[in-house]
Amino acid sequence: FAIVKGDVAVIRMNDPNSKVNTLSVQMQKEMIEVMGEVWADNAVNSAVLISSKPGCFIAGADINMIQACKDAEEVAKLSQEGQKMFEQVEKSPKPIVAAINGSCLGGGLEFAIACQYRVATKSKKTVLGTPEVMLGLLPGAGGTQRLPKMVGLPSAFDMMLTGRNIRADKAKKMGLVDHLVDPLGPGLKSPEERTIDYLEEIAIECARGIANKKIPLRKEKGRMQKIQDYIMSFELVRNQIYKTVHGKVMKQSKGLYPAPLKIIECVKTGVEQGPTAGYLAESQNFGQLAKTTESAALIGLYHGQVACKKNRFGTPEKEVKTLAILGAGLMGAGIAQVTVDKGVHTILKDTALAGLARGEQQVYKGLNDKTKKKSITSFQRDSILSNLTGQLDYKGFEKADMVIEAVFEDINIKHAVLKEVEAVVSPQCIFATNTSALPIKEIAAVSKRPEKVIGMHYFSPVDKMQLLEIITTDKTSKDTTASAVAVGLKQGKVIIVVGDGPGFYTTRCLAPMLAEAVRVLQEGVDPKKLDALTTNFGFPVGAATLADEVGIDVAAHVAEDLGKAFGSRFGGGNVDVLKTMVDLGFKGRKSGKGCYVYQPGSKVKEVNPEIGDILEKFKMAANPAVSSDSDVQYRLVSRFVNEAVLCLQEGILNNPLEGDIGAVFGLGFPPSHGGPFRFVDSFGADKLVEKMRRFEAVYGNQFTPCQLLLDHAKNSSKKFHK
Amino acid sequence: LQYIYTMGKKSLPNNRGYRNTSEFLFTSVNLSTYYFRTPFLLSGTTYVDLMPHDLARAALQGLLNRTGVPKDAVDYIIYGTVIQEVKTSNVAREAAMGAGFSDKIPAHTVTMACISSNQAMTSAVGLIAAGQCDAVVAGGVEFMSDVPIRHSRKMRKTMLSLNKAKTLGQKLSLIGSIRMAHLSPELPAVAEFSTAETMGHSADRLAAAFGVSRVEQDEFAVRSHSLAKKAQESGLLEDVISFKVPGRDIVSKDNGIRPSSMEQMAKLKPAFIKPHGTVTAANSSFLTDGASAVLIMSEEKALAMGYKPKAYLRDFVYVSQDPKDQLLLGPTYSTPKVLERAGLSMSDIDVFEFHEAFAGQIMANLKAMDSDWFAQTYMGRKSKVGTPSMDKFNLWGGSLSLGHPFGATGCRLVTTVAHRLKKEGGQYGLVAACAAGGQGHAMVIEAYPQ
Repeated sequence: FAIVKGDVAVIRMNDPNSKVNTLSVQMQKEMIEVMGEVWADNAVNSAVLISSKPGCFIAGADINMIQACKDAEEVAKLSQEGQKMFEQVEKSPKPIVAAINGSCLGGGLEFAIACQYRVATKSKKTVLGTPEVMLGLLPGAGGTQRLPKMVGLPSAFDMMLTGRNIRADKAKKMGLVDHLVDPLGPGLKSPEERTIDYLEEIAIECARGIANKKIPLRKEKGRMQKIQDYIMSFELVRNQIYKTVHGKVMKQSKGLYPAPLKIIECVKTGVEQGPTAGYLAESQNFGQLAKTTESAALIGLYHGQVACKKNRFGTPEKEVKTLAILGAGLMGAGIAQVTVDKGVHTILKDTALAGLARGEQQVYKGLNDKTKKKSITSFQRDSILSNLTGQLDYKGFEKADMVIEAVFEDINIKHAVLKEVEAVVSPQCIFATNTSALPIKEIAAVSKRPEKVIGMHYFSPVDKMQLLEIITTDKTSKDTTASAVAVGLKQGKVIIVVGDGPGFYTTRCLAPMLAEAVRVLQEGVDPKKLDALTTNFGFPVGAATLADEVGIDVAAHVAEDLGKAFGSRFGGGNVDVLKTMVDLGFKGRKSGKGCYVYQPGSKVKEVNPEIGDILEKFKMAANPAVSSDSDVQYRLVSRFVNEAVLCLQEGILNNPLEGDIGAVFGLGFPPSHGGPFRFVDSFGADKLVEKMRRFEAVYGNQFTPCQLLLDHAKNSSKKFHK
Repeated sequence: LQYIYTMGKKSLPNNRGYRNTSEFLFTSVNLSTYYFRTPFLLSGTTYVDLMPHDLARAALQGLLNRTGVPKDAVDYIIYGTVIQEVKTSNVAREAAMGAGFSDKIPAHTVTMACISSNQAMTSAVGLIAAGQCDAVVAGGVEFMSDVPIRHSRKMRKTMLSLNKAKTLGQKLSLIGSIRMAHLSPELPAVAEFSTAETMGHSADRLAAAFGVSRVEQDEFAVRSHSLAKKAQESGLLEDVISFKVPGRDIVSKDNGIRPSSMEQMAKLKPAFIKPHGTVTAANSSFLTDGASAVLIMSEEKALAMGYKPKAYLRDFVYVSQDPKDQLLLGPTYSTPKVLERAGLSMSDIDVFEFHEAFAGQIMANLKAMDSDWFAQTYMGRKSKVGTPSMDKFNLWGGSLSLGHPFGATGCRLVTTVAHRLKKEGGQYGLVAACAAGGQGHAMVIEAYPQ
């Protein structure tokens, strides 16, 4: 903290040990001292609170501080101390203006809303929000009590339950921010420095204005606001809101996440029973939540995500400035979409004009949708698109630093394009193959320079799915890997780097689960019921829907390939079920029919009536001993988890963290369990093995636990995550 | 009236010995009776019922009358304009014919925001240097009293389809598709297409970026108005012609010059960034109607026709930079560049005429020109170029007070430099201007030896 005094005291925050400011015990202590000085000094009439870090006001509370607490009581005590400090700020006799530039999240936002006035820069980097719910927590320093008063019940619930970031202009409209300041360009200092100075100057003016009573703190309420307040004054209306919000949360979270429910409870307690009860409920629930497995899982994912946004292979020798993509299908165009807006010259090549036009339109639409949402201007859209070259030939490939092929999944076609590409590119050019199951070393077999060949497995839709699975063979050079990771990071991906093998990591884990899903269908479970069982376990997308999304043809292809590679362990459902579906044209969403019927414009999806006949043809008798709802769920999940652990055991995976990230971000493994490895830790390897042994007795080796899982079952002190 | 000449043959650059290797110059028959521009008027005043080419016509007609140049002695005519009247999109051609120039003289219109007439002049220089022409009239016109206000895109689409509709049924269904929303018109905005930011907003941010205070801006605006008033009263604005506006009085004076006190200035609320901005209506240039014209010739041609050259157009540059955060920094970028090309330094310049878009923009440019850090970080230069002395700077007022018809201002700046060089006995003058799109221009002018 640095403090500059005049009639307006300026308090500048700057954590010397970190890139961001976080609320920690140390900071809290210093803050109380500084505030004491402000209050004690008679010359000071008001104060401005500002961060010296460009791009960050306060990014939130220190997560490690919360995790270091022994029990719920200790966390609750932390929360109470935070509440106390902000209460003092709120009751400050001298007005305090929060000057916000950059992220103002979690505890940072709670600090800001305890101040009397908020000035924020209208910069893209300035975001306000309460992301606690995404870590399985709640705003524990007065947020659940102050936010509803400030922005009204509906907006407060929206903020706290979704955890989404709110840009400054929106925050001003909501009443979260009082005054906006434009970010400045270069002057006699860098734009970042000068913008902070300017923000401080304006905030000082505001603070002085408030102290002189020239700027009123209570704003005239608009008519809509008055009407809303009037409506909200009825308990009946409020109860209806609590009920609706509760219903929505239950529907979306299936009751698997305690934090959203606790947030509703805290808000309700505060509004209906007054602040004392409200603050108490907030701190106690905060303490309880911090010690739930869900919170631990979500925080684990957060740390994992941060770790997977780093390049552990170092800086590549040559930066990729021109990237060529082969195949302008959904995947190829998706990769172009996430590349072209990062200032990389992108060549999109297809073999047919119609395919190329479709692909270029996809890229355009992706950008145009952003202009409609006003996150970029139409001018930015156009200048981004100028980085894209669509073509049918190999012209200009000699300048490409990397080529990513996204052509049809057929080893012969992959071989053909690899040879074509190597004939035209420079010797330094990296060849990346986007495949979901073909082993990279088989593709690389025809390469003249296998050290430059690598697998980059993107997930569809590329612009929405965060994961990128990079696959290295034993011949892939470290620099090639570093370069692929650097490209992926530039594209905004969370990256796991895995070893080569059939299905790599993600596809390999998914295949046995889908095989089990087919068996479940063959045993007479309806696709809707199957979806319900999986989503109730926490998968965001049900197994039957997932198969439709992936494509039944792809699923059949993968099931057959991996079945050949791994034998009966990948058995279960009959692959012919999928093949028959493909033969009838039921390829999933893309063909309009799969397990379900998809009609454009219609949101309700009905089960494909014709699938019943197919399943009837392949019907299997269900064994009642392993067919309860819960058993079906664990049959699906245990095969997934066992295969994941086996991948670690075989060295396909480098570490359990990447395994968890890959499963959650690529395949939708329930985030509440934090990934297969954290699930084993929290559920208990012994309990899982016990279940698997029971299934094994009925179905055989598909449920045989792998050695590593057995080791963990035998010794309960063995954990994947410390 | 400006008669600007350029030599027909390109000469080798010679660091200081320009006089013999001069390229461009302009001149006048008789200094006391020359003519150059229409009075610049606040938009919506006396010119309100005219059309843009009427103003341009007035300037051209004056040029013909006052110089006595034969109607077919000019080889080419170029005009600059910004907001185009759609009926006269090549306003140069319409104005030239209307002014009585021979219909055998080709004419074209150029647009480059606030430096459109600078572009017209330098295009003329280019034509002469390339040996295409010997004498070219260049000018600019802007008419803000009437701007094209369009139907909404939806409405335009419906109307265009209506043209093509064949049956009554098709026509009726198209007419039936018109909704209230179709009827809201589209107004032209002084905003950047690329950033959607209005120029005033950008100017306010620029002033803030360079820490220019409200008081500094107000002081500069008051200076501009006071100097313009003085110049007008002492008859220095000789370039202004009298113009009989059809159906109205004769106008012979610019009408935007209004010196006021600092107290009055301080009362105004910010116009763009509210409530803490510093750019107000009083420290910005106002919407103006006006036209200008100059005659540019090669030196030989001028002398052969019996004209005495007024000045040489020595050298010029165009620059461009980030249209968001450096929209109005054109002078900062163009000044050192043009000086370098001409082999001069700041101290060689006797007369500075900078385009005053906003007081804040001028002050920001002066601070940027005085900053080594800015020169090194953003311009890739070793050191700053330095600031012009205020004793030499815009001494007869500027765009803030005289007005700023976007397309016509460039010629006014060049003329003022020529006239001031003559009046003040200087040798070199420098014109610099910023323009929308993040562009800029500068020109070095040298007095013709007496």
